[in-house]
Amino acid sequence: MDVTIVLILLLIGALATYFSGNALASKVALFFSVAALGASLMILNQFNQGIDSSFSAVWMKNPNILFSLKVDGLAIAMMLLTTLLMPLIILSSFGNNFNNPKNFYALVLFMAFAMVGTFLASDGFLYYIFWELSLIPIYFIALIWGNDDMVERRKAVIKFFIYTFVGSLFMLAAFIYMYQKEGSFQLDKLYALELSSKEEFWIFMAFFMAYAIKIPLIPFHTWQANVYQKAPTVGTMLLSGIMLKMGLYSVIRWQLPIAPNAAKELQYIIIGLSIAGVIYGSIVALKQKDLKKLLAYSSLAHVGLIAAGCYTLTVDGLRGAVLQMIAHGFVIVGLFFAAEIIFRRYETRAISDMGGIRQQTPKFASMFMILVLASVALPGTFNFVGEFTVLYSLFTKNLAFAVLGGTTIILGAFYMLKMFQNVMLGETNAKPFADVNLTEGIVMVVIIGFLLFFGLFPKPIIELITPSIQEILVHIK
Amino acid sequence: MNTLIAIAVLGVICLLAEIFNLRKAIVPVTIVGLLAILGMTVTEFGTTGSYYNNMIKVNNFTVAFSSLFIVLTIFLVTLSHNFYQEQVTKISDFISIKLFLLAGAVSMVSFGNLAMFFLGIEVLSIALYILAGSDRLNMKSNEAGMKYFLMGSFASGIILFGIALIYGAVGSFDMDMIYEASNSATTVDWFYIGVSMITVGMLFKIATVPFHFWAPDVYEGAPALTTATMSTLAKVTAMATFFKLNVSMNGNMKFEYELVIVIVSIASMTVGNIMALRQNNIKRMLAFSGISHAGFMVMALLNLENAAGSLFYYTVAYGLAGIAAFTVIMYACKGKNNEELENFNGLGKRSPLMAMILTAALFSMAGIPIFSGFFAKFFILNNTLQAGWLILVIAGVINSMIAVYYYFKVISAMYTKEATEEAQKVPFEFYIVAVVAMGLNIAIGLFPSALMDLF
Repeated sequence: MDVTIVLILLLIGALATYFSGNALASKVALFFSVAALGASLMILNQFNQGIDSSFSAVWMKNPNILFSLKVDGLAIAMMLLTTLLMPLIILSSFGNNFNNPKNFYALVLFMAFAMVGTFLASDGFLYYIFWELSLIPIYFIALIWGNDDMVERRKAVIKFFIYTFVGSLFMLAAFIYMYQKEGSFQLDKLYALELSSKEEFWIFMAFFMAYAIKIPLIPFHTWQANVYQKAPTVGTMLLSGIMLKMGLYSVIRWQLPIAPNAAKELQYIIIGLSIAGVIYGSIVALKQKDLKKLLAYSSLAHVGLIAAGCYTLTVDGLRGAVLQMIAHGFVIVGLFFAAEIIFRRYETRAISDMGGIRQQTPKFASMFMILVLASVALPGTFNFVGEFTVLYSLFTKNLAFAVLGGTTIILGAFYMLKMFQNVMLGETNAKPFADVNLTEGIVMVVIIGFLLFFGLFPKPIIELITPSIQEILVHIK
Repeated sequence: MNTLIAIAVLGVICLLAEIFNLRKAIVPVTIVGLLAILGMTVTEFGTTGSYYNNMIKVNNFTVAFSSLFIVLTIFLVTLSHNFYQEQVTKISDFISIKLFLLAGAVSMVSFGNLAMFFLGIEVLSIALYILAGSDRLNMKSNEAGMKYFLMGSFASGIILFGIALIYGAVGSFDMDMIYEASNSATTVDWFYIGVSMITVGMLFKIATVPFHFWAPDVYEGAPALTTATMSTLAKVTAMATFFKLNVSMNGNMKFEYELVIVIVSIASMTVGNIMALRQNNIKRMLAFSGISHAGFMVMALLNLENAAGSLFYYTVAYGLAGIAAFTVIMYACKGKNNEELENFNGLGKRSPLMAMILTAALFSMAGIPIFSGFFAKFFILNNTLQAGWLILVIAGVINSMIAVYYYFKVISAMYTKEATEEAQKVPFEFYIVAVVAMGLNIAIGLFPSALMDLF
């Protein structure tokens, strides 16, 4: 059984959801996302037994393009991140009423298909196609099912689309250029390609445009907060939980090994940019009045740190980055879901309208508290493992980086706890707050369980990803 | 060769059907006839032949492009039934003119002699002049017909002048002789003047900057179905012919000529896209977008040995997306006197399928993956880079970025603005054409080798 089964399940799932009609759509989507999760666990099992589940077939002869999917620890980890989050994200939306749910859930599954494809593809051209393909569903999800004023939303979403599309076209240009030299888009061939330092610089920059916009790093982040706020929560979860990680994963998989010398040369500048993003995101988050926007800026700060970890080019940096990608994926989905749970009851995202919720639902308050603490990387949560490893790697590079990057934990604690205080504590709110229902509870508990379990026992994930990271580092050195 | 005869005969049959009062049968018979001709043409694939003292030469290039033209014509004829509902007495004229147009197109790609080439281009152009002005009570249509006729005949005149100069230099209209002359060192100077004049004329027909001024006005004024014909069939034909002409008379292209092509290409892409940003009329917008696509297509000339497949792929992708887009435009603007973007407001709610088709067609034109337009751009840029024109690739990439904006303007209007009117029923033919065209577009996106390996 090769890895195409996951992709096929998600694609068929998208079609089946579309044709199942509005009444059944959400359940069909959930079924297929769980099936995809099962399939990816099976792939993981095969991988642990040493069976190679990669897939490769000729797609086009001229130009020479293969439909090839490569399975290694890193790809499996990212695939599992997607397929684990998908059922949770779909389940989290059960309390919402969407127009045309069949279109909505079909797009969600299609997006999962594209994102898993991006993580698996080992042919540059195929990778690019999946990368772009994931943009179409999120464009429609944010545009059609988003919230707030239509004119504003249209502006924000089109800006997002054009930004990311423009960035990825630079990447396409780099791929075409390399194809002219090498005659293949295969990952290993591109790794082996000899480039002059000038070529490497431009290829590195072209990739950087695509990834810096997607991650996003400052100064390319301006699309982010508005889109997060305007998109429906499911869209925000997809964007922040998984899609951002496409950019970070691609840095590790494509950019660094293909242009290692340029990476070494520009390393300090980019780490500087990333850390500037950490501080900037944290400070702006302090000022936010809208809960979703606050979480968006906190996300900007966290991914900045992950990016800094990637560009240290050390085993610890890359490993910490991957761990933190997974941890951040879960925690941010959980936090956005908590914001959605509040919105369902209070119909507001303004922090000033909330407060005093803990008195009414201590259960929800404790769950929210755990997520907040995980987000600020409290020891015992999975985020601590990731963030600490990244900071350690920054320390080995330069003390200043570690100190400045470390402010994320301090500032993060500041704005997250302040937010918690304003949202959950205080005098009992006059408006009633219904307790979390079953589906909401399941999603929250699974996320919290995951974060705590791997926070205490991160070994399986570390063992899964380390060999492939070391292999990538061989190409960088 | 048989293709050409059969198409012309079918056109005459259409005219005769009117006499025998078989008006209702015209569209179905034409479609069936064209499908049969398509089958016949496809079976000729892989053979080569030359007919009538080398007047017509058939090879894979010819067969592939002829098949594309026939497919596009089948779509256009299918749409005619509904489009000309109110002028049902003239249906035989309209259909037969379209068939003669197709005959012109086929002879344009299968010429072996410049006389035949000129004959083809005139048959095609005259048919288009008539069609552009065919809505004779509408002032705009009259204006479009007149404008197109004046400018088009001027371009034909320049082409003819160029042919005369080439004849003066070579002493023959035969393409083989011209090919030899173009490769010999003793060719007189006016041969190249002739080549340049033909180039100017062809660039006019393809509507590239700086010979593009007619396109927006004519596209806007002409009836929608004629605009669809011009922007798909006519443009694709002219491009294929131009490519073929260059292969045979400009084989060892001079650097200066390449430079001209590069400048024309960059200018077309840039001007087309920037002008399209500001349009509120969708036909004008697609006219400018067509100009920018022409800029992409002429890139194929820079790599004459390898680019035939890419050019064919591009024309197929562009033609199919154009047909699908225009089908939706005809549906959305039916019964209105304009094609303003407001007509598309709320189409996503009024007719989800049609909105989806237009979205897909515009995605394809914008070059977003899995739709064939993306692969088309990729293949052609790849060939251009192979020829060493990095700057052109960069210009192409930047233009793809600009283009996204105006295509998405239409898409977001369909999905986010409130509908101003009630939903209309979608005619059955429109459904079929739109779905089949877009289905083919995606199919060749999934299996690009099917077309790329033909040459």
